[in-house]
Amino acid sequence: MKFFNFHLMPYRHADLDAIANNGSAWVTLSNRHYDPRKGAELYHEYLDQMEFADKLGFDGVCLNEHHQTAYGMMPIPGVLAGALARSVKCAKLAVLGRALPLINNPLMVAEEYAILDNLSRGRLIAGFVRGIGAEYHAMGINPAYSQERYAEAHDLIVRAWTEPGPFSYIRKHYQFRYVNPWPRPYQQPHPPIWIPSQGSGSTIRWAARMRYTYCQTLSPIAAVARFFQMYRDEAEKAGYQATADQLAWSNTIYVAETDERAVREARPHLEALMNYFLKMPTEMLLPPGYTDPASMKRVRAAKVTGKPQSIEDVIKAGVVIVGSPNTVREKLAEYQDLAGFNTSLTKTQFGTLPDDMARANMTAIAQEILPHFRDRSPQRTRREAAE
Amino acid sequence: MAAHSISTLTIRDCRVRLMRAGAGAPLVFLHGGGGIGIWLPSMARLAKKFDVIAPEHPGFGESDMPAWLDTVGDLANFYLDFLDQLDLRGVHLVGSSLGGWIAADLAVRNSTRLASVTLIGAAGIHVDGIAQVDTFLTNEEQRIRDLFYDQELVEAVIAGSQRPELEDAALKNRMTTAKLSWQPRNHDPHLRKWLHRIKVPTLLVWGEHDRVFPKDYAFAYQQLIPGAKVVVIPECGHLPHVEKGDIFASELEAFIGAMRIAA
Repeated sequence: MKFFNFHLMPYRHADLDAIANNGSAWVTLSNRHYDPRKGAELYHEYLDQMEFADKLGFDGVCLNEHHQTAYGMMPIPGVLAGALARSVKCAKLAVLGRALPLINNPLMVAEEYAILDNLSRGRLIAGFVRGIGAEYHAMGINPAYSQERYAEAHDLIVRAWTEPGPFSYIRKHYQFRYVNPWPRPYQQPHPPIWIPSQGSGSTIRWAARMRYTYCQTLSPIAAVARFFQMYRDEAEKAGYQATADQLAWSNTIYVAETDERAVREARPHLEALMNYFLKMPTEMLLPPGYTDPASMKRVRAAKVTGKPQSIEDVIKAGVVIVGSPNTVREKLAEYQDLAGFNTSLTKTQFGTLPDDMARANMTAIAQEILPHFRDRSPQRTRREAAE
Repeated sequence: MAAHSISTLTIRDCRVRLMRAGAGAPLVFLHGGGGIGIWLPSMARLAKKFDVIAPEHPGFGESDMPAWLDTVGDLANFYLDFLDQLDLRGVHLVGSSLGGWIAADLAVRNSTRLASVTLIGAAGIHVDGIAQVDTFLTNEEQRIRDLFYDQELVEAVIAGSQRPELEDAALKNRMTTAKLSWQPRNHDPHLRKWLHRIKVPTLLVWGEHDRVFPKDYAFAYQQLIPGAKVVVIPECGHLPHVEKGDIFASELEAFIGAMRIAA
């Protein structure tokens, strides 16, 4: 299994009471709660952690993209990826943004990713996402055109990378007389494309057909296993056998000497993530048109209760793994076998977790977990037994 | 109360549902983003004097979701086809909220079949510095609260809105409303440049307490449409034809009556 150090870069000094009063850390939480002095320190702290992950032997570092929120300070992940491209020496550099529909000129993503791929001499992993619903409120982009814009922007970028320019590209949302970006990507034909999603059926089907690596975001492991099975089924329908390398699980891991100590240490920081940084009203998460009415109905029927989640809840559901090295190894092996993935996108810093604890966690994961999984692949028997 | 018929009409490739009652000069009522709703007492009253026609817009409720539907301009052109196909002349065009935007856009494009235009709490233009609720960020209950002045009426509407059989239409309506009005939010920056082309008598009916498009919008529209008359209805929210149906119908009848005398 490969391990990526996945950072959300939360504004961890956020006033949690202010978030609670506002009902969300997103879109409407006034940015007067952002202190640039503290923010500047955080950027350096987090980038240092990414460089530390590289030194510890993580296979990659992972950035993401969200807008107008204390949840993450990476609205333009390419800036931070650029900062890391020269200081992270071995690890892959995965940008699990760019939210394509938010961008009025997707040619700039083709350019930005190509620069990063050149700078890192071919270590870029190019993420393409739609962004969550809150992004459409934050950026003034019509959610009802999200899917159309995503499809067009994706096609444009891949063609810009693979077809000699100049050529013209004229579609409904984007029109270019000249598509001819310099530089071209370092990797040929183009950087690996990864598709993170919350589990939309159409996204999984499309990613499988395109043979793109599918990344499942924050979900209980049983759901992850179901979504990954959908991917394998769709691959089969498309006439090939998907490998575990095409599936990545985005998780949170916290390791301490004992289970009891790990839970105690992680609790306030993880619960801050679940109950403050992640919280938003349904109208913000799922604006009309973001998904088709049938999916919208399913979500409404599921009645996301919004009741506070404890660390025990998310451990039990297999959203996170928290415990002693032994517990974490056992759980991770169990989940790897159950869901059949070969990449772990692991948040080692989460919520309000301070730097010293994040670094201790990273070190523990690098020493106690990574070596045991280096050559480990999913054992199919456990998955088959579960089915 | 006059019974109304419900029928389906196909304009080119698009089927729309239609409520209709009465006789006389045609009065076409264009609904807002919430959908066509019920046949209102104010419609029934107007049907005593007019041929009231209330179509359900393409992309809403039981009407088709045509592939060509992207903008309010598309709906304005669709309704020009609609007026042509029904061969309606001397039409009193009434539009509420999003429907008001469609009506204004249509009238700018071509008002040859129109006798008058009435905009109720209409979208379509932007007025700077006016506090407006964000109907896309409020929950269903709050959204209904924001529509009305009378909070007793609100409770009844909330109770009535929770019928599961309405969910499909509600989701479809919300999606199409987002498509048409999310960005630029609730307006077309180019519309105000051409509103002077509305040459038929225009009535602007606003609720005193409209929180969606506050009454400043009525006066802004008045500045842009030559000779437009503003009526602000007290103790009333965003939907005067629902909340103050009788007063709304009286004002509209008086306006059209006065117009006829003037002619």
